[in-house]
Amino acid sequence: MVALTAAKQDQNLLSRMAAGDGHGENSAYFDGWKAYEENPFHPIDRPDGVIQMGLAENQLCGDLMRKWILEHPEASICTAEGVNHFSDIAIFQDYHGLPEFRQAVAKFMEKTRNNKVKFDPDRIVMSGGATGAHETVAFCLANPGDGFLVPTPYYPGFDRDLRWRTGVNLVPVTCHSSNGFKITVEALEAAYENARVSNIPVKGLLITNPSNPLGTTLDRDCLKSLVKFTNDKRIHLIADEIYAATTFGESEFISVAEVIEEVPDCNRDLIHIVYSLSKDMGLPGLRVGIVYSYNDRVVQIARKMSSFGLVSSQTQHLIAKMLSDDDFVDEFIRKSKLRLAARHAELTTGLDGLGIGWLKAGAGLFIWMDLRNLLKTATFDSEMELWRVIVHKVKLNVSPGGSCHCNEPGWFRVCFANMDHKTMETALERIRVFTSQLEEESLKLTKPMAAPPMVAKKKMCWQSSLRLSFKDTRRFDEGFFSPRSPVPQSPLVRAQI
Amino acid sequence: MTRTEPNRSPKSDSENSGGGGGGGTTAMRVIVPLQGVVQGRGGLFLGSVIPCAFFYFLQFYLKRNRKNEPDSEQSPDSDPNSGSPDPTRSQSVGNLKELTSLPRSLSRILLSPRLSGGAVSLSGRAGCVIKGGDSPYYAGQKRVEEDPYDESGNPDGVIELGSAQNFNLEDDWFSDNPREVISDNPREVISDGLCMSGISSYEPSHGLIELKTAVAGFMSEATKNSVSFDPTQLVLTSGAASAIEILSFCLADSGNAFLVPTPCSPGYDRDVKWRTGVDLIHVPCRSADNFNISMLVLDRAFHQAKKRGVRIRGIVISNPWNPTGTLLTKENLYALLDFARERNIHVISNEVFAGSVHEEGGEFVSMAEVVDTEENVDRERVHIIYDLSKDLSFTGLRTAAIYSFNESVLSASRKLTTLSPVSSPTQHLLISAISNPKFVQRFVKTNRERLTRVYTELVKGLKELGIECTRSSGGFFCWADMRGLMSSYSEKGEIELWNKLLNVGKINVIPGSCCHCIEPGWFRVCFSNLSERDVPVVMNRVRKVCESCKS
Repeated sequence: MVALTAAKQDQNLLSRMAAGDGHGENSAYFDGWKAYEENPFHPIDRPDGVIQMGLAENQLCGDLMRKWILEHPEASICTAEGVNHFSDIAIFQDYHGLPEFRQAVAKFMEKTRNNKVKFDPDRIVMSGGATGAHETVAFCLANPGDGFLVPTPYYPGFDRDLRWRTGVNLVPVTCHSSNGFKITVEALEAAYENARVSNIPVKGLLITNPSNPLGTTLDRDCLKSLVKFTNDKRIHLIADEIYAATTFGESEFISVAEVIEEVPDCNRDLIHIVYSLSKDMGLPGLRVGIVYSYNDRVVQIARKMSSFGLVSSQTQHLIAKMLSDDDFVDEFIRKSKLRLAARHAELTTGLDGLGIGWLKAGAGLFIWMDLRNLLKTATFDSEMELWRVIVHKVKLNVSPGGSCHCNEPGWFRVCFANMDHKTMETALERIRVFTSQLEEESLKLTKPMAAPPMVAKKKMCWQSSLRLSFKDTRRFDEGFFSPRSPVPQSPLVRAQI
Repeated sequence: MTRTEPNRSPKSDSENSGGGGGGGTTAMRVIVPLQGVVQGRGGLFLGSVIPCAFFYFLQFYLKRNRKNEPDSEQSPDSDPNSGSPDPTRSQSVGNLKELTSLPRSLSRILLSPRLSGGAVSLSGRAGCVIKGGDSPYYAGQKRVEEDPYDESGNPDGVIELGSAQNFNLEDDWFSDNPREVISDNPREVISDGLCMSGISSYEPSHGLIELKTAVAGFMSEATKNSVSFDPTQLVLTSGAASAIEILSFCLADSGNAFLVPTPCSPGYDRDVKWRTGVDLIHVPCRSADNFNISMLVLDRAFHQAKKRGVRIRGIVISNPWNPTGTLLTKENLYALLDFARERNIHVISNEVFAGSVHEEGGEFVSMAEVVDTEENVDRERVHIIYDLSKDLSFTGLRTAAIYSFNESVLSASRKLTTLSPVSSPTQHLLISAISNPKFVQRFVKTNRERLTRVYTELVKGLKELGIECTRSSGGFFCWADMRGLMSSYSEKGEIELWNKLLNVGKINVIPGSCCHCIEPGWFRVCFSNLSERDVPVVMNRVRKVCESCKS
């Protein structure tokens, strides 16, 4: 009772933002992380721990990075070789960032786009990681209550990064597995219309290319149609290209920067790119996010906002040195692609052998795994049920499609670049055991009827508590046109589906 | 009534009569004297009725206009209230107009999507900033960037006395003591700090526990070990700006307000107000009281805001006080805590200069100490901001901390730091730098001694020119009384003098209006950028301005 009143008082004392759950961390995406943190896998110490396959990190080329840093001790100013720069760097304070840092980043961005486009170092605005970059863009472009169109499935973190402090709504653009989750103009129009009906002024379209969580890249025609769509509607196009250099095999990454050159009369004031070094270089700890906007005013304002999440000057110095080393960067990107391709092939051949489907794609640090045939019913409740089994019994932390706002249950995002080869083998082995168990069970189930009722009852409990948590996370959500909403869908949405 | 002049920009005479970034201030500057006048004659009743009526009619007028326009355009989809701020917010006339009209014009763009001639729409927040950029605070900074003083290279350049950064220390210090900062075993730092854990994986965005422990130790050292800080109550962010912003987001909703005794730090307008939509209500302190906080005035400001329907969520103080350099006494702090408890609000204590107390015998009392020693204090209300870049002069490394006794605030802040985290290598660098107690002690001592020397020189020099400063005991600045040099006792006179100082004397100081000082003629002079050698140069330049003022 005391705790209750205290909590109530507390809520009264704090802002709605601090007291509410706008941080979106109640979703399964973050639950899985907690399960992993409680019992992380270790080949020797914790061989039965949870394997983290929910974290899109690129650790395949850590050795290259380590080698470079050991060979260039002067780059980090905290070593004897670099100490002469210490005072210059430690007191450097300018929202524009070190000139060499901006130049190096611009050059690196050109490189990861096959040198087909030029980037102006003066348009590079830094922020605290891609999360901070997204928030900055949202702050610059939208008022509270405005909306961004986002093709589903999308990265679960957007719910926090884009919405929490800015008060911006995300309007899902429903994509379907039938055409490989392609973004179509019809779907965009439908989502735009939906937003209009529910009185959300649409301010922009946010795409991830290469897509997180799908791992697909957008082709030239699709990008052109997106640029045309946003230009026609006079809304902004924000392209999140943080996985630009993770393409492998035959797939090709085309930046929106390249496409706008080809679209006649494109209004560049509406085009913005979010970039980061966390994925392409495997440097998430450096927390370097970049906003590259073609709109002068956005550059100006975002730069002022970057005082809220500046990259430390030491880190800028280190990156400037590292990215200016052309030989290293070229070699790194080349090897990184090869290793990603090999790891991707390893995982996908393993899954193919077990008869598990996945979406054909050639980019990113993850695959989009199709477990629709393992669901009891085609609902998100049963997806969550399966996910719980995967996390707690199979002990693999994967992200369920529901947390990515996918509109079809049964898809899972599986990250493959944040572990070593051995761990990957263990993970595949666990999946193999799991599928064979399922087969045995289904054989048993066809004969006696003794066990199922109990299991079913237990599931009911899970489901009821589950539904509660759904309600909580989606309370402020996109309302009635969310396919998972407990509220019945509007006829319009149903018609569109 | 020169006070009612709505524009604070240096180029105010001809252009830009719209208000702009300092809008909230202007409102206070209009209302406070107005109430003073009315109270003198008609009593409390009229004093509150007139501004209220003024605001009511203004809102009424705006609402009508807003409703009419979309209708006349026959819009099917325009929602008149979408995105517009709560009309009860305390904003100046100009600001209110600007904020309400901006979303409206945006929705008009939505209505006619093919209107290719119009400007691309940005958010209302963005619009505010573009207009607010030309306050003397930023204009002066820009001048310094364009034409910086250098003893040998550019002796005629502008001397920076505006920004509170501790530049000079490194030159003497780190060149003599490089080994103090860097690790004895660089390879260890590299492999530990950069490769293994630092770069290639995500670490908690609110800071490594090792760094938190080191920061807590450093904070204790800065307070002369009178209080020990608990590392688990720390949340690290990239810079004090984001620390203050995160606290504002956590403690107040958009449209609520914080009380701020003025003169206050010029950065608050950006850090507290801009993206959060939280308002600042300035509580004027006067030279007659030596710029001390008067609880009476504080209480009156609270009630006035309440009458206007503005919910006050907290009070922001800085200790040592930026810009006056005053240290708050224990009694001051107790009074503030009592006030906060009575009114059920938070206390945000900005202690970024805690380690820079330069007065001999000056005793800095941290809010944490008061909370620790007193049993009956509501700890949940107290939040402290600390910044390593001020006392340690590592401005580029961007590491600041929120120290709170409120678990809910801490947990929300921890989550918010994903949006402005400290980079990993920097954390490891700082760990190795400030974990060494001997280094920290020597550093704090050297810093204090140097500040004392420059401060004494500067104040002495200014006094010889007839410019008095208030007694400053901490921080990087003194608060100089240049009322005698103004051509007229008004804001206009102050800005004129500031222009003269910048263009004739070529020194960049901060005019009191940027610190929202209610009395014109006061200037913040930062001396942390200077060495003793530079003081005579500055004095010559000030003398030149003095002479040009008198002639």
